Amino acid sequence: MLTLTCPVCGVDACETELAAGGEAHLKRYGPGSSDDQFEEYMFMRPNVKGVHFERWRHAMGCGKWFLAARDTATLEVFGTYPAQTLEPPADILKAIKAKRPDWSLT
Amino acid sequence: MSNAFSALQGVSDTGFAHVKEMGLVGMVTLKADLDAAITKKAVKSAIGEGIPAARGMSDGSKPDGVAWMAPDELLFLCKHEEAEGVVNALTKGMGDAHHLAVNVSDARAVFTIEARDVREVLGKLTPANLADLKPREIRRSRFAQVPAAFWMNSPNHATVICFRSVAQYMFDLLVTAAKEGAEVRYY
Ligand SMILES: [Zn+2]
Repeated sequence: MLTLTCPVCGVDACETELAAGGEAHLKRYGPGSSDDQFEEYMFMRPNVKGVHFERWRHAMGCGKWFLAARDTATLEVFGTYPAQTLEPPADILKAIKAKRPDWSLT
Repeated sequence: MSNAFSALQGVSDTGFAHVKEMGLVGMVTLKADLDAAITKKAVKSAIGEGIPAARGMSDGSKPDGVAWMAPDELLFLCKHEEAEGVVNALTKGMGDAHHLAVNVSDARAVFTIEARDVREVLGKLTPANLADLKPREIRRSRFAQVPAAFWMNSPNHATVICFRSVAQYMFDLLVTAAKEGAEVRYY
């Protein structure tokens, strides 16, 4: 079972208390962007096997969104961090690198 | 004016634990910036207690309490007939500051569980880690299929709050989990 620590309220929440929100750090292109860019934002996901950054909502809890880094294959959790973050924070990257030396943020 | 009725009007049941719907309970939700000085002042003047720390509850001399629900949300507990007064005091105290104070007394149901160890009942219904839960620490979670908030006043006494619309479901859950002879004795 997946347990994520909500960085907002500090609770160790079980997967069934959370609502999954898909991939994190998506870029939405602004006015004047092409259909292809919108398609990319809307639908195109690498769907990685391995290190993944995700959005979660503590639905049956404080109700807030947060972000998490975990391995989609092993369910290993590298850390959780606030939703108001534009890119994975340094401490999260460090935690991933410690466990997955070959991994890099692409 | 119609009379106020709680969801299950104080129904109770006794298995290895005693489960009771508390009847009319006053509850007020405040959504606001809890770090703002004006919020701290408004809460203090409305209920005479400070804002509790994260996931905490303020214990006052009064039976009333304030529970921390989220970084921008508090739940005030009071007598049913006092709830409107609490709303008015909060509204006055908050003034023009962005906030929402609303009487949710009739939108919720409150249950108490009394047992030798209330975790024997709670542990069957919620995924919350009860081993880590401190007394009077409020935990928002789920009980089977419905959201609920609960806290343990002591190892023998717990309080559960859920939506009024699922009050009967919650009562049935608690009663089933507390059936005579159904102790798991895990804790
Ligand atoms: Zn939370």
